[in-house]
Amino acid sequence: MKTSEEILNILKDKFGDSIIELKSDKPIDSFVLAAPLEVDKICMFLRDNSDLQFDSLMNLSGVDDANGEKVKDNKGTETINGGTLSVWYHLESTKLKHKFTLKVSTERAKPEVTSVTEIWKCADWHEREAYDMYGIIFLNHPDLRRILMPYDWEHGYPLRKDYRNPEFYQGMKVPY
Amino acid sequence: MALKTEEMVLNMGPQHPSTHGVLRLELQLEGEIIKDVIPHIGYLHRCFEKHSEAMTYPQVIPYTDRMDYLASMYNEFGYALAMERLMGIEVPERVEYIRVIMGELQRIASHLVALGTYGADIGAFTPFLFCFRDRERILHLFEITCGARLLYNYIWIGGLSNDLHPDFIRLTKEFIKDFKPNLKELNDLLSFNAIFIERTADVGILPLETAINYGVTGPNLRASGMKWDLRKDDPYSVYNKFDYEIPVGSGEKGKIGDCWDRYFIRVREMEESLKIIEQAIEQIPDGDVKSAIPKRVKPPEGQIYTRVENPRGELGYFIISDGSLNPSRVKVRAPSFVTMQVFPELCKGFMVADVVAILGSIDIVLGEIDR
Repeated sequence: MKTSEEILNILKDKFGDSIIELKSDKPIDSFVLAAPLEVDKICMFLRDNSDLQFDSLMNLSGVDDANGEKVKDNKGTETINGGTLSVWYHLESTKLKHKFTLKVSTERAKPEVTSVTEIWKCADWHEREAYDMYGIIFLNHPDLRRILMPYDWEHGYPLRKDYRNPEFYQGMKVPY
Repeated sequence: MALKTEEMVLNMGPQHPSTHGVLRLELQLEGEIIKDVIPHIGYLHRCFEKHSEAMTYPQVIPYTDRMDYLASMYNEFGYALAMERLMGIEVPERVEYIRVIMGELQRIASHLVALGTYGADIGAFTPFLFCFRDRERILHLFEITCGARLLYNYIWIGGLSNDLHPDFIRLTKEFIKDFKPNLKELNDLLSFNAIFIERTADVGILPLETAINYGVTGPNLRASGMKWDLRKDDPYSVYNKFDYEIPVGSGEKGKIGDCWDRYFIRVREMEESLKIIEQAIEQIPDGDVKSAIPKRVKPPEGQIYTRVENPRGELGYFIISDGSLNPSRVKVRAPSFVTMQVFPELCKGFMVADVVAILGSIDIVLGEIDR
């Protein structure tokens, strides 16, 4: 059983700059911030290292940080420019009984994160959901399609904070 | 003349009675052998997570009811627990006991639906009626407690909406007394029925390594032989005060992790839940169930991931607070959603008729998969 600080030190020795920092100032859960394009390697290490053995991905969640510049057009519709989208990984070792939280942030304009499907099969649908809801592209994902929304949905990503309902969907008025 | 053979695609659902809701399975067949299954979900998608961003924290609770509509009490339990940890609220002991009693009654009710409909899927109709008869008595207990049979809004952040009904303890004791022989009857009728065993043993085997890698939790993981239950392994509420066992699949009728194991683990879990309820009823302390409910729910900035052992497995809530009255993000890690991913692996190489048996044995609720 290891604390987040100990795990962070192991990761820092191995990966250096792609581990950005440990945040433990906010209440309850501390987490480690990592680079979005290195996350598959970090996760592979977390799973296979004999001191860590994170064999289970409890949860993978996309989040809109909504920290960009908010712009209103003349109709009053708000859009967010710049800022980041994030992906949170909650890991757990069923053998050593410790937990760990990893966060990666990626540019809102070009949200790309490497996929961890190879490492935990469980990530497959979670990543598809994050793609579906936030438009985060998971590189190397075997089958990145929409999952909860219709396959032909072309009106953006519903859980983004600046999402607006379309007026029509397949000829039907949406706010019915 | 040789018979012409080719691969065939068969659609099962979304309006198929044994998909337990609106699930579409695209079966790729070679004759009657399953080559691959592609599940298509989303027919029940209401985007609960978007709704909750527009609600205040207490207003989210009725929405959580509507995810896993067979285990609504437990959904509320998990959400309330996450919020209490985020805000640092100490809950009175009486509240914890009542939550555990409700949670375990809900587990029995949920398993009764799972087992009853499983029997009906496979062709045994009588146990279905027996299970629903017993479940009805649990729903009656819920109804006298909070006025609703299925969607309760009973467990609130920091407390409960009502104290127990004066008759509740007596009726629960009567229910337990009557239910124990009924369980034996269920075993005689269905569990050890030769035809039922023939349909389920050695079908849809889930090896332990695969189960962990796919994130399978709850009864399905335990049926594969792992003693893993969050009530013991990541204790919450007052579960550490009771004496009960965690049943594990043993491969009694076939291989470990087959459909029969997954079925029978639920029967044994109901017995353990009865033990917990009996002890909780004896020990329940007095107190005010509303004393710790905050007047205004405004958690500090931060995030939390909390999980509970729902009847279907690990139900996790990931909540991000930005310090305002509305959650900035509520993500639900639904056990059925994760378990459904492993379904194609279970089906490969079996017959079309086994798909129904395997789907019933993993016990999914579509309201929770699609949220």
